[in-house]
Amino acid sequence: MNFISAFEVIGPNMVGPSSSHTAGAVSIGKMARKLFKEKVTEVTFTLYGSFARTYKGHGTDRALLGGVLGFATDDLRIRDAFSWAEKMGVKYQYIADKEFVPDHPNTVDIRMTGENGTKMQVQGQSIGGGKIKITQINGINVEFTGEYSTLVVKQIDKPGVVTHITQCLSNQNVNIAFMRLFREGKGKTAYSVVESDERIPDEILEEIRQNPYVQEILLIQI
Amino acid sequence: MTDFKNGQELLEVCKKKQCSISEVMKQREIEGTSSTKKEVEDKMRKALAIMKEAVRKPLEDPKPSMSGLIGGEAKQITGYRESGTNVCGTFMNKLIAYSMAVLEVNASMGVIVAAPTAGSSGVVPGVLLALQEEKGFSDEQMTDALFHTAAIGYLLMRNASVAGAEAGCQAEVGAASAMAAAAVTELMGGTPEMCLQAAAMAISNLLGLVCDPVAGLVEVPCQSRNAIGAVNAVTCAEITLSGVMYPIPFDDMVDAMYKVGKSIPFELRETAIGGCAGTPTGCGMRCRI
Repeated sequence: MNFISAFEVIGPNMVGPSSSHTAGAVSIGKMARKLFKEKVTEVTFTLYGSFARTYKGHGTDRALLGGVLGFATDDLRIRDAFSWAEKMGVKYQYIADKEFVPDHPNTVDIRMTGENGTKMQVQGQSIGGGKIKITQINGINVEFTGEYSTLVVKQIDKPGVVTHITQCLSNQNVNIAFMRLFREGKGKTAYSVVESDERIPDEILEEIRQNPYVQEILLIQI
Repeated sequence: MTDFKNGQELLEVCKKKQCSISEVMKQREIEGTSSTKKEVEDKMRKALAIMKEAVRKPLEDPKPSMSGLIGGEAKQITGYRESGTNVCGTFMNKLIAYSMAVLEVNASMGVIVAAPTAGSSGVVPGVLLALQEEKGFSDEQMTDALFHTAAIGYLLMRNASVAGAEAGCQAEVGAASAMAAAAVTELMGGTPEMCLQAAAMAISNLLGLVCDPVAGLVEVPCQSRNAIGAVNAVTCAEITLSGVMYPIPFDDMVDAMYKVGKSIPFELRETAIGGCAGTPTGCGMRCRI
């Protein structure tokens, strides 16, 4: 069983009213922003399940947007996220999809467009008490929480890529807590997700990039 | 490493180390997260500061909730006390007003500390801050008391649940009330055994309480239930500190609470279908929002 910290009981420090529908929503938005390397100029949130039905009363809309703008769960600017988005030049819209039945009732799809026109989709679930899971990146099912330092490598599904990544991690003396591979199909786009208890050194990015099948690397530090 | 998995083990650690529950929990946090004493204390001081602000603000500058269902209650209750004709006396009026104030902040998208949840975030600050004013406790004693509440809440999280969707309001306000009851007992000089007795009694008093938020929002009846959680906490501390024993052990009550929670029907576990939410008025409020 995972260690339960005193600050999971007395915490999180958060803008109300709901840990799952507000604080968790901020965290999903924030993770999406961290995964997207460009400055976000446009964002569309598609809400499912309980999120779709109760988002206004719980401020889930402002919370998600606040997260994408980079606000922490206890940042009071979340309350005025709409006007902050305008000030920061981010266009936003919400779609409440009440028909689709998601795996988890608190699910959202975030579609971002960057200043250079790059697009990215990130799907997240708010699983209770402010905790979250990222469950999809650009249509590919993944799974990680952001509670650990996380390395996400977008690659072509070819032999040797995973070995290359683990070799680089070993060279930098990184202890792997969890590692999983998610792929679109054989020989197509895949994501390696590595989670570690400790900080993953930034130098590792250059080393991993040496493999020709590696397309993109994202590093989210705790 | 300093750790415990249930109330019995917590009491054994307290006895072995000759420490209070708050000291044991602080030490567990230091060791379990590889932090310094100062780091964990600073973090708890920040939580205390947020709690103080959340209790104070609605008394001076109340704000309506997102839906408009609540807002201004804490100030009104304080005004009633100041009229000098109130029923409950100063301390109990403060318990009620302070715990309800936090829920106003929460419902208007202000900053609160989930303790253990947002829906039950008023109980712990309401009790501790009213008691601090009444007895003149220092802020340091308050942060220690918060570590104490965390110990009780951790055991409820680990061995039962603190989610209304899983086990009803008894798991949210009931848990918060048990956390506060135990912390007050320690602050007032009770032994670790007495603290767990107060917590067990607090759980038993609210056993079976359902989660039935009107319109699915953390407003009605959550706000006034936080007041009940606060009053229940000091009631249990008062009974225990007088020397009256509660016969059922804490660990048994944690199990009982979880079992009762599992048998609460779906309609009464945060789905906003039954209970207060299902009354004609509750449904009408939902339609108007």
